Amino acid sequence: MRLLTGTLFVLIVAAAVGLGATYFALTRGTTFGGLTVGAWTAQAKTGTIDADPYARASIARIGRLPLALGDGLTFIAKNDDSHRPFDGRCEVVLSGITPAARFWTLTLYNMHGELVANAVHRYGFTSEEIVRHPNGHFTIVVAPRANPGNWLPTGGIEHYILAMRFYDTSVGVATKEGREIPMPTIKTGSCP
Amino acid sequence: MIRWLLLLIAGVLLGGIVHLTTILMLPRTATQDAYSRLEPIAPFNTVVPVPAPTPDKALMPFMDPAFATAVCRYDLHEGPLRVTVPVSLAYSSVSFFTRHDIAYYAINDRAAGRKTIQLDLMTAEQHSELPEDENVTAADRLIVESPTLTGLVTFRALAPEPGMMPMAKASVDAAKCVRWQGPPPSQ
Repeated sequence: MRLLTGTLFVLIVAAAVGLGATYFALTRGTTFGGLTVGAWTAQAKTGTIDADPYARASIARIGRLPLALGDGLTFIAKNDDSHRPFDGRCEVVLSGITPAARFWTLTLYNMHGELVANAVHRYGFTSEEIVRHPNGHFTIVVAPRANPGNWLPTGGIEHYILAMRFYDTSVGVATKEGREIPMPTIKTGSCP
Repeated sequence: MIRWLLLLIAGVLLGGIVHLTTILMLPRTATQDAYSRLEPIAPFNTVVPVPAPTPDKALMPFMDPAFATAVCRYDLHEGPLRVTVPVSLAYSSVSFFTRHDIAYYAINDRAAGRKTIQLDLMTAEQHSELPEDENVTAADRLIVESPTLTGLVTFRALAPEPGMMPMAKASVDAAKCVRWQGPPPSQ
């Protein structure tokens, strides 16, 4: 009887710990080996054959195709520079410059990676569409209501993800965190 | 008390093994991965356009809406494939994925440096079976070795402005992935 309860206990603990850790790793995401600049994170290795087992499991579970590193690199942000999660009812301002790349795109997704419906059918920007300041810097306002300038609508959803993809860029696996890769700053402005 | 503590430690250690096993097994058991999602629309060795993502419907999550995409689900059992795509005005790329959606190679229009990106896709085995003289002329032939017998090739073209989407779409829709008939013609 003692053996039975003991074995049962071990198995239950093992199942809870093992499956719990797997679930946690895949839903929260793991960021080891990532390249972090401010609120932005990129996983350069995920777009290569050297992708780690966590990245492989996550790709299979979500059902996405990663961006191959020879194609481009994706930076993801889920919160602003002061670690406040994006709120689609607030005004979030991106400003600054980007790493060197032939083109880049900025896209807004909900937490499931789907585009967010809005009245103007705008789901993101490409580097060609952006209006820039005379010094080359740009400002993008991510907000529920229309704004002059570069306005990216949130559709008023609660949480969202911003993905910035750089195509034909030298930023990659060997890039170290530091000044050579400038990413736009993210600040949350007024909230209703 | 000690006994339960030891059992707890044993459980946690076993849990670690369970965790690693499930992570490693997951790609093989996933039924909703990108490859499986493309299976119904993409017959083997045929280029099919991937519908542009909309808020209501997207074949895969996290697709870039600024791109026109076409895909070829390949099978190399019968032999190597030749992959070609005309480059679009802005930016074009060809990416190769294994059966488990891992990117193993990609090239863009500038790296290819031509009006048409052309690549020969084969397994390492098929590559080594190529006649010697074929390999000599390989200087201007791009050979891509697939680690798996099946997989995906995606053709993508950027529309820098929404008005340029039809042009980007036309470029990726003109992509081809076809079986070689005999030795490939020299260029």
